[in-house]
Amino acid sequence: MKTFVGIDLGSTTTKAVLLDENCGVIGRGITNSRSNYSTAARVASEEAGVDGRFTLFRRALGEAGGLDVKLDDFLGTLERAFRLEQFLEQLDDLERTCLGLVKGERFAGFESGTKEALGEIFRRLRDEAPELYAPGAKRKSDFFRDIAGSRYHGHAEEVARTAGLPYELLLNVYDKSIIDVENRPPSGALSDKFRRALGRVLDAEPALKSSVSGVLPAVERTLAVDLDETYLVGTGYGRVTLPFSKEHIRSEILCHGLGAHMMYPKTRTVLDIGGQDTKGIQVDPNGIVENFQMNDRCAAGCGRYLGYIADEMNMGLHELGPLAMKSDRPARINSTCTVFAGAELRDRLSLGEKREDILAGLHRAIILRAISIISRSGGVTNEFTFTGGVAKNEAAVRELKKLIKENYGEVTININPESIYTGALGAAEFARRAHIGQTDGREA
Amino acid sequence: MAPSLNGGGCAPIVARAQALFDDLSFASARDWKAKGLDRKVVGYMPIYVPREIIHAAGFLPLGILGGGDQLEVIHGDAYYQSYICRIPRSTIELGVSGRLDFVDGMLFPSICDVIRNLSGMWKTMFPNVYVRYFDVPQNYRDDIGGNYYINELTELRHDLEQLRGKPITDDELRRSIVVYNENRRLVRELYALRAHSPWLAPAPEAYVVLRAGLVLPVEEHSLMLREYLATAPKEERPRRDNCRIVLTGVFCEQPPLNLIRSLELAGCYIVDDDLLLVTRWLTADVPTEGDPLQNLALAFLHHSESTAAKYEPNLKEKGQHLVRAVRRSNADGVIFACPSFCDPALLERPMLQHVLKNAEIPYIAFKYAENSGQMQPIREQAGTFSDSIKLWSGR
Amino acid sequence: MTIITNSKPAPAKEAEKDASMLKQKEMMAAHYDRLTSAPETGDKVASTFVPGNLNELIMCFDLVNNLPEVNAIQNGLRRQSGAYVLEAEKIGHSEDVCTYVKSDIGMMAKGNLAPNGRKFPNPDVLLLSYTGCFTFMKWFELLREQYQCETIMLHTPYMGDGKITKNMLEYMVKQLKEEVIPKLERISGVKFDIDRLREYLTKSAAAEDDLVRVLQSAKRKPSPIDAYFGGIYYIGPIFGAFRGTDDAIDYYKFLRAEVEERLAGGKGPVTPDGDMGKEKYRLVVEGPPNYTNFRQFWKMFYDEGAVVVASSYTKVGGVYDLGFRHDPAKPLETLAEYCLGVYTNRSLPMRIDMLASYVNEYDADGLLINSIKSCNSFSAGQLLIMREVEKRTGKPAAFIESDLVDPRYFSAANIKNRLESYFQMIEQKRAGARVAA
Repeated sequence: MKTFVGIDLGSTTTKAVLLDENCGVIGRGITNSRSNYSTAARVASEEAGVDGRFTLFRRALGEAGGLDVKLDDFLGTLERAFRLEQFLEQLDDLERTCLGLVKGERFAGFESGTKEALGEIFRRLRDEAPELYAPGAKRKSDFFRDIAGSRYHGHAEEVARTAGLPYELLLNVYDKSIIDVENRPPSGALSDKFRRALGRVLDAEPALKSSVSGVLPAVERTLAVDLDETYLVGTGYGRVTLPFSKEHIRSEILCHGLGAHMMYPKTRTVLDIGGQDTKGIQVDPNGIVENFQMNDRCAAGCGRYLGYIADEMNMGLHELGPLAMKSDRPARINSTCTVFAGAELRDRLSLGEKREDILAGLHRAIILRAISIISRSGGVTNEFTFTGGVAKNEAAVRELKKLIKENYGEVTININPESIYTGALGAAEFARRAHIGQTDGREA
Repeated sequence: MAPSLNGGGCAPIVARAQALFDDLSFASARDWKAKGLDRKVVGYMPIYVPREIIHAAGFLPLGILGGGDQLEVIHGDAYYQSYICRIPRSTIELGVSGRLDFVDGMLFPSICDVIRNLSGMWKTMFPNVYVRYFDVPQNYRDDIGGNYYINELTELRHDLEQLRGKPITDDELRRSIVVYNENRRLVRELYALRAHSPWLAPAPEAYVVLRAGLVLPVEEHSLMLREYLATAPKEERPRRDNCRIVLTGVFCEQPPLNLIRSLELAGCYIVDDDLLLVTRWLTADVPTEGDPLQNLALAFLHHSESTAAKYEPNLKEKGQHLVRAVRRSNADGVIFACPSFCDPALLERPMLQHVLKNAEIPYIAFKYAENSGQMQPIREQAGTFSDSIKLWSGR
Repeated sequence: MTIITNSKPAPAKEAEKDASMLKQKEMMAAHYDRLTSAPETGDKVASTFVPGNLNELIMCFDLVNNLPEVNAIQNGLRRQSGAYVLEAEKIGHSEDVCTYVKSDIGMMAKGNLAPNGRKFPNPDVLLLSYTGCFTFMKWFELLREQYQCETIMLHTPYMGDGKITKNMLEYMVKQLKEEVIPKLERISGVKFDIDRLREYLTKSAAAEDDLVRVLQSAKRKPSPIDAYFGGIYYIGPIFGAFRGTDDAIDYYKFLRAEVEERLAGGKGPVTPDGDMGKEKYRLVVEGPPNYTNFRQFWKMFYDEGAVVVASSYTKVGGVYDLGFRHDPAKPLETLAEYCLGVYTNRSLPMRIDMLASYVNEYDADGLLINSIKSCNSFSAGQLLIMREVEKRTGKPAAFIESDLVDPRYFSAANIKNRLESYFQMIEQKRAGARVAA
C-alpha cells in the first residue's frame, strides 16, 4: 500500500509519521537523535513502520474477528515481544562490538578476563531483558542507549568487583561501542522479527495457540503487505544539512503549521514551545502558514527555562506543574530572563514567599514571553493549538488559558498529548500532497 | 483642588501622590477633563516639552512615562523586538488598552530614535489623535537654532489653537509662564531641601510628589509641593549613615519605585538626579514680559539642563554639568542607572565616566528596566559603593 | 529508502564579480590610499556620516572625506569587526549600543588600520551631520574626545510630519552659511567658492540619473540586478567620497551599460557563484544587511532563486528614485533637501509608503525585514511597518534578525530556517492559487 513518510529531525529526538492515501495516520516512530542523521532518520521511520504494522494487524484482526482473547491485550503482548526481539538483537550487536574492541595495550594482561566479564554482563542483560518488556514494566526511556546503558553500568560494576577487574576497562569498551551500535542501521527483515516475536508469545502461553490459530493467516497476510514509501519529506532545524535531497525537504515551521492543521482542521493560531525555541504560527484554512515569528535566540519563553527552574529548585521537571497548580496567588515575576529567574526565585524564597506561588508566577512568566511571540506573529485567532513539551505542563496551560481569555476572549484551545509528532505529521502530509501534485502533473 | 492637608503632616500628601502614581487609568486627569467641554488633554513623553503652551490653551499637559512595573505588557510586545527598551511597548500597551482614550494629543520629543519612530507609529495607530514630533535645536545660536525653535513653538501653538477652536493669546502664554516659573521654583526648593537634608525628603516620597506634577494641573501641583515643603521637614525621620550620590541615566524610562527605595536602604542618599527633568528643565525664571515664545526659546537655548539627548558644542564643557551637580549637592559619588538598550544613556556613559575620573569622583553603574524585580544585585552594588566611599573618603 | 543521503556541501569557490563591482573596489582602494597618505601629502581630512554626506561641500575645501560607517562595514566584510566590538566592550561600551560605533572604537584601540594596512590619519575636523540617527551625535562626541579635534554640528530636523517645511530648510541653510562653511574655510585654509560647489552638484545629478536607471531596472523580469546584496556595491560611490566627481559619473555610466547588457540578454543578477539561475522569488528588503557573514547570507537567497528587487537600505545615503536630484541652481538649499530626504530621516508613515509602493511597483512577492539588533533608528517600529505593508499590499512579509557587524548576532541556522519557511510559504500560496484558478 502507498504510504507517505514525514521525518522530523529534532535536536533531542527524531520523529517519523506514516500516512496512508486517505490522510490516516498509520504509524508513528520516535528515536533519540544522534550524530549520524541518516541513521536517526532510518530508525525513526522503521519505528513508524513497526507501529504501522501493528495498526494494520489491528485492522486486519479486527475485521477477521474470531479472536477469543482481547485484541488489545494480544497486540500489546505481541508488541512487547517485538520490542524485546529488537532489544536482544542490538544487545548481540553491542556484545560483538565490545568483544572486538578488547585488544591492544590498554587491555594487556586483562584480555581474557575482560572477555569473560563481558560474556557474564551480557548473559545477565539477556536474562533480565524479558523483565524490561513485561506488561506494566516501567522503563526509564524507550531508547536502546538509555536502557542498555544504565543496566550495563550497573552490572559492569558488580562483575568488575567480583572478577577483580578494573572497572574502567569495561566502561571503555562500552563507550567506544555504543555510538557505533547506535548508528548502525537496523539489520534483518522486520517480518522475521515479527515472526520470532509471535513465536515467543505463543511459546510463553501455549493456551493462546488455539485462540490465535484462526487469525494467523490474517497476520501472515498483513506481514506480506508491502508498505511502499511512496514519498518522503524531511524537516528539522539547527542542522545545516539534512540528509535529504532538496525536493524532499520542507521547513519545520511549515511542517509544524500543517501538522497542527491535520490534528485540528479549524486551527488558525499555533503556539509551539519547544525545548530550545518558541514559534508563533498563523495558518490558513488549508494549513499553510501565513505568518510566523520565532524566538530562537533566548532561553526565556522556551522549555529550557523550566529546566533551569527545576534545577534551581532541585525538583524534577515533571514535578513543577503539579506544585504550581497548588497556588491560587501567583507571584508577579518581573524577570523574564532565564539567567535572573533563578536569582529572583531565591530572593523571594528568602523573603518567605510560598514555593507554589513563586512557581505559578514563573509559569506565568514563560507564558507571557510566549504570548509576545504570538502577538508579533499576528495575535490569537480561533482555534488555538498549543504544542510542544511545555503543553504537557498543567500550570503552564492554566496560565495560557487565563491570558488568552483576558486578552482575546473565548477561544477554543487544543492540546494533543501526542503533539511531539506535529512536525513529522505535517511533513508526511506535505509528502502526500507532493505526490498527488506530481501524479496530476502539477509542480508540488 | 485638594483641601489643605497641613493637619496630618506630610503623610496624606504622599499618600495622594502615591495614589496618583499607582493609577494607570489616569482617573484624576479624566475627572479634570470631564468638568469642562473646552478642556482637552495633551500627553507628552520625556524629556521636555514647553508645557506652558499647552496650559495657555486651557489644556492639561499629561506626562506619559510608560506603564511601570505594575503593567503587564501583552499587546505592546507585538510592536517591538526584544532588544528595544520597555517604555515604548508599555506606552503602546496603555494606548491599545484604552487607558489613554481620553487623550486628545501626544507630543513625542526628540530624545532618541525609538521615541522618534514611536511618533510615526502613534500617527498610524491612532489617526484621530493630534500627534506631533517635537523637535528642539541642536544649534544654540539665537539667530539660527533660536529662530528655528521659535518657529517650531509657533507651529505647536497654531496646532493647539486648532484643537482649541480659538487663538491662544500672548497674555495667556505669559500667565502660563508665571505659573510654571513658580512650579519650577518649588521643584528647585524641593531638590535643595533634599540635597541639604536628604533624610527630611526621602527619595521615594520626593519622587511620587514630583511625579504627581505630570498628571495634576500645575496649580494643584504647586500647592502640593508647598504643603510638602512645609510639612515634610517637621516629620520625625531616622537619619541614616548614608553616603550621598547623584543618580543619572534615569531621564526617560523610569526605574521602579522599589529601585529608588532600595538605593536609599542600601546606604545611598540620592541628593540629585535627572529624574523627571521636565519639571525643572528650565533652570531660571523665564521672563514674563515681551514675546512669550521668544522667551521660552531663549530660555531653552541658554538656561536649560544638560542631558544625553542634547549636543554639547564645547568639548571642555562635556560632562561638567554632572561634576557641578556633584559639587553643588555635596555628593560623594555618582550612580549611573541606565535602562537596558537606552542609546542616549548608554552611549553617553563612557564619556561622563571619563570626566568623573578626571575630577576624582567615584561612580558605579548598572542597568535596569521599568519593571525590574531583582533588587538584590542593585542593593549589593549600592551598598558596597556606599561602604567604600565611607571607608576611603574618611567620612 | 533511497532518498536519504549523506551529501557534503560543495567547497566554496572564488567569488565571481562583474566588471562594475571590480571597478567599485578599485575606487574604494584608491580612496583609502589617498586617505592614509594624508600625513605625507598634507591633505586635510574631514570625517562625516553617510546619511547627510555633504561630499560636494567637503570637496570645495580640498578635504578628503573619511566615513567611519564605511570603515566599519569594511571591517565587517573582512571579519575583523568581531574582535573590535569585543575590544570596545572591554573598554566599557555597552553590549546594547550600535556595533558600527564599537567597531570603530575597537579599531582605533587596536592600531587604527585601514583596509590597506596603513594607519588612518587623525581627522582635522568632524563634520557631525546629525541626520537620521541619534547615535551619530554620540559617535562623534566620542571621537571628539579621542582626537581632541574640532567638531561642526549640522542638525538635520526629522521629517516628523512627512514633509519638508520652510522652517527646516531655513534652519539648515543658515547653519551651512554661518557655521559649517566658515568653520570649514578656517580649518582647511581654502576660501569657499559657490561656483565650485555648483559644478560638483551638476556632476552629482548626472551620476544620480544613471544610478536611478540602474535601480529601476529591477522592475523588469527577470531583474538584472540584486538591489540589496548587489546594491551594496552599486551605492558605494554615490554614498561615499565620489559623489560630485567625474569618477562617479564614469562609474554609473559604466554600471548602467553593464546592466542594460544583462537586460538585453535576459540575464539575472551576478552572484558570487556566477549568474543566478531561474528567478523564483522577488523580494523587497527593509533594513541593513549583515556584513560579517555577507556572502553566506546572500547565498541563502540566490540558492533559492530569490532576488531582491528593491531595498530601503540603498536609500540610506540619499533617496534619488522619488525625483530628487542635487540642484546646482540652489546649492545650499539642495544640500539641505538632500539631508532631509535620506531614508532614515523619513517618518515611519513615509517609510511604510515607500516600502508598500516598492512591493507594488517592482511586482514583488513580499517584504522581508532584516531587523538589526543594534540599530534602533531602523529597528524600532519595523514590526508595525511589516504589518502595515502586508495590509496594504496583500502580500506576506517575513522577519529575520541579525546585526550589522557583530558576528555573535548572526545565526545562519535561524536565518536559513526563517527564509526557507518564507519562500515555501510563498510557494504554497502560489500552488493554492493555481488550484483555485
